[in-house]
Amino acid sequence: MSLLGEDIVTEDGEFVINMGPQHPSTHGVLHLKIWLDGETIKRVQPHLGYIHRSIEKMSENLSYRNFIFATSRMDYLSAHINNEACALCVEKGLQIEATPRAQVIRILMAELTRLSSHQLWWGCTGLDLGAVTPFFYAFREREAIMEIMEETCGARLTMNYMVPGGVMYDIHPNFQKRVKDVMKQIKNNLHEYFEILTGNVIFENRTKGVGYLSKEDAISYGVTGPTGRASGVSCDVRKWFPYEGYDKVQFDEILDNCGDCYARYMVRMKEMDQSVSIIEQLIDNIPEGDFQTKTKNVIKLPKGEFYQRVETARGELGVFIVSDGAASPYRIKYRSPNFSNLSAIDHMARGAKIGDLIAIMATLDLVIPDIDR
Amino acid sequence: MTNEEIKLFISAHIPAATFDESGEFLNVIIASEELLPIMKELRSNRDLEFDYLFCLTCIDWKDHLMMVYHLLSKKHRHVIVIKAKITDVNDPQIETVCGIWKTAEFHEREVYDLFGVKFINHPDLRRIFLMDDWEGWPLRKNYVDENMIEI
Repeated sequence: MSLLGEDIVTEDGEFVINMGPQHPSTHGVLHLKIWLDGETIKRVQPHLGYIHRSIEKMSENLSYRNFIFATSRMDYLSAHINNEACALCVEKGLQIEATPRAQVIRILMAELTRLSSHQLWWGCTGLDLGAVTPFFYAFREREAIMEIMEETCGARLTMNYMVPGGVMYDIHPNFQKRVKDVMKQIKNNLHEYFEILTGNVIFENRTKGVGYLSKEDAISYGVTGPTGRASGVSCDVRKWFPYEGYDKVQFDEILDNCGDCYARYMVRMKEMDQSVSIIEQLIDNIPEGDFQTKTKNVIKLPKGEFYQRVETARGELGVFIVSDGAASPYRIKYRSPNFSNLSAIDHMARGAKIGDLIAIMATLDLVIPDIDR
Repeated sequence: MTNEEIKLFISAHIPAATFDESGEFLNVIIASEELLPIMKELRSNRDLEFDYLFCLTCIDWKDHLMMVYHLLSKKHRHVIVIKAKITDVNDPQIETVCGIWKTAEFHEREVYDLFGVKFINHPDLRRIFLMDDWEGWPLRKNYVDENMIEI
């Protein structure tokens, strides 16, 4: 891609600028090339690959135990859920199930991850749209969740806690008490989130009616997660294809029909409530027993193809394993939610102002390593 | 529709299609030339209405390439996997499905980038992750890179 060689002004008088790969509002190394007429966006072209590590190729040489941990580096804000998807896919191939205790621990960890991810997103959205304070409010609760993760998994970002058959080790003795404390803290503080940002006039003007995505387009572009649900697409994998016993807990799938940035914002805010509710239902009901099913030292999947999808904080993550019977996968494909969500950005941004693009990117909640893999 | 009805429907359109139900989903294996008409039919038929292409990828089986399309219908809630076999590994070509599902545009660029499959009529077929002057198709089994370490 010759960036410097091309004309800055096209024949039609359109102005071409590059946003990123080192731009504060892109949250990573995303590079957008934008065609402008004055301040109006005519076209957006994403240039990807600045953080491509070829995880799919790497996994072809790793064992079925090891490849899981590479996925923590994809969507690093949903590291637990990525690991869970891989573990579930291997379990599907082995035709085993995690123990009841492990399943509940996995759901708890996944929902804590979702909460911390949404909190980070909320802080960054405020930051992108000119409000610095939300970031500190969000990190107050996020820090408490990170400490729980640190205590049980030994890590704060790339936890590597899910293994085929269950979880790597049992939860910390303090786990239940600390989770309850954090849930209490979040419930007490969530109204502050709304007070500080949701009703703000500047924030509402910058998000309402901006970056509209219709239901049909959302399905056609494969947009999932809160972004898809804000356009009215029912796409929650936890409801559609329940895994790990998500069918046994009570929660609502949050839908909104507006399809603009504000709807995406509200869907995520309401999802935090649902995650808190799921955690509260399960925290006192962790079954006793083993935290791991016995598996062989060297896992070999039978010949065949296995597909497992889960709901990460950003949408539907699919893990597609093709096995030829050996100790490492023949081919692995990750259907990452951000990759599909990003493909709609051109459609959403056309006709908007350049400042609106920041709001669109903020509410898409992109994590770049997940796009590039 | 149940899997049996879908099988009958596809057999009526493509008599040569073979089916595989050993896995989780119904797999339909067709030749690459037959892809576009059946995909259009699967999307537009009112009883099928596969409106959501949730995964598009390719598998290199050394003697042939297999394009894999995972389709789901939001309305009828059924899932199908279409596999299109490309026999020419030296110059693999297949029709694009961009016109049916917009998400295919990015996913096909990814397959082009990593497998070298050329999508006929694709609006913007360029490498998506790697640099434009990169040589070879990394996810092919015969790809050699001197910097790669076997573990």
